[in-house]
Amino acid sequence: MRSASRILSLAVLAFAIVSLGFGGGSASPAHAGEVPLPNPAKAFKGTQCVEPTDVMRRNHMSFLKHQRDETLREGIRGQKYSLNECIDCHAVTSPDVAGGKVRTLKPFCKECHDYAAVSIDCFSCHTGAAVPGIGKTSELPADHAEKALTAALEKHLDAGARAQ
Amino acid sequence: MTDRRQDDMSTVDSATPDASRRAFLKGGAAAAAVVTLAPGVTLYATGADAAVTGPATSAKRWGMLIDANADAGVWDVAVAACQKEQGWGGGENPATDPQWIRKVTVKNPKTGATANMPVMCQHCDEPPCVDVCPTGASMKRADGIVLVDKHICIGCRFCMMACPYAARSFVHEPVQGQKPHMPRGKGTVEACTMCVHRVDRGQQPACVEALAASGSTAMMFGDLNDPNSDISRAVSKYVTQRIRADLNVGPGIHYRGI
Ligand code: SF4
Ligand code: SF4
Repeated sequence: MRSASRILSLAVLAFAIVSLGFGGGSASPAHAGEVPLPNPAKAFKGTQCVEPTDVMRRNHMSFLKHQRDETLREGIRGQKYSLNECIDCHAVTSPDVAGGKVRTLKPFCKECHDYAAVSIDCFSCHTGAAVPGIGKTSELPADHAEKALTAALEKHLDAGARAQ
Repeated sequence: MTDRRQDDMSTVDSATPDASRRAFLKGGAAAAAVVTLAPGVTLYATGADAAVTGPATSAKRWGMLIDANADAGVWDVAVAACQKEQGWGGGENPATDPQWIRKVTVKNPKTGATANMPVMCQHCDEPPCVDVCPTGASMKRADGIVLVDKHICIGCRFCMMACPYAARSFVHEPVQGQKPHMPRGKGTVEACTMCVHRVDRGQQPACVEALAASGSTAMMFGDLNDPNSDISRAVSKYVTQRIRADLNVGPGIHYRGI
């Protein structure tokens, strides 16, 4: 029951934002038909990333590139910015990947990369799949399934509200 | 760019005068620590620096000694171990599928004597593959391990033509299910990495370990620069050879019995 009312309130909220913010209550919001804003899933572990979110959004590519060169070419290992650690926290299941049976990083990255028309392709070589022991802790929190479901519903409702 | 040597711990020290917290953070073998220093000020220490290893230096020169007198069957064990560790093999096009290490049989046409040995990247001191690479993708680490930086490899295959040992392969097909430590992808060149991911953890390459586990001493791995290492002692004790030593590329793989 709690989740049903949550969904309802989310739907109302999403609709209110869309109609007040963009459409002014009219039947054809100005932003209809535009590419939906990215909505990447929250980190499963619910912990703080290695840098604040805004820093990661802007600089993750430099961090990863800098460190990959040091790892591969100089043999420095165990530093802060590790793709495997990204996978450990941010890999999600998606029906597009192996029928939703594996947790991978691809759908998480895709959210913003699609929006920004970024076509970097880490995952034709890196699997992106979460395997036991890939990160410092590969354990998911107990409420992971519940959180993932809520996130998926929020996204769905968001997309629906925007389409109105 | 953030300095890789930036010391999280020293930041912590200057940020908090609280000795017990400092001790907790310093001694924390835990991967991550979260400390609330003051209301609204939360400190996240990843502890990552504590586990940083490297860089590789020229103080070491990794190499192998392979005894071709060993029973021919052990080389199949070595090849299988490499495939399992690195995730290659099992393709449908044997003529073009990547092959990081293979069992080679040589025969003296005059006497008829044969020998079997594994051949893989010889991790040359002066690698021709590095000389010809137009992008800098082919590279030698300071400790002698020769790698392909697939991030910048353009798949031109010059290195494959330059390598005297046919040690490198081009990936023709899309790859799935790669190992987290060994990204592999279509359009790049790859070869034996001397299990650099294991060596950096202080372990032996997978082939060497598999042979040792099967009770064979036919492959030995170690630091050729350390006169007291097992491999240096063996190399100074037995007559060893390197394949095509006449080319003067200085292979890091030594053989006995060929
Ligand atoms: S054996 Fe071939 S691939 Fe390996 S370092 Fe020598 S030239 Fe390069
Ligand atoms: S195939 Fe890649 S590693 Fe080999 S020479 Fe070309 S760019 Fe360099």
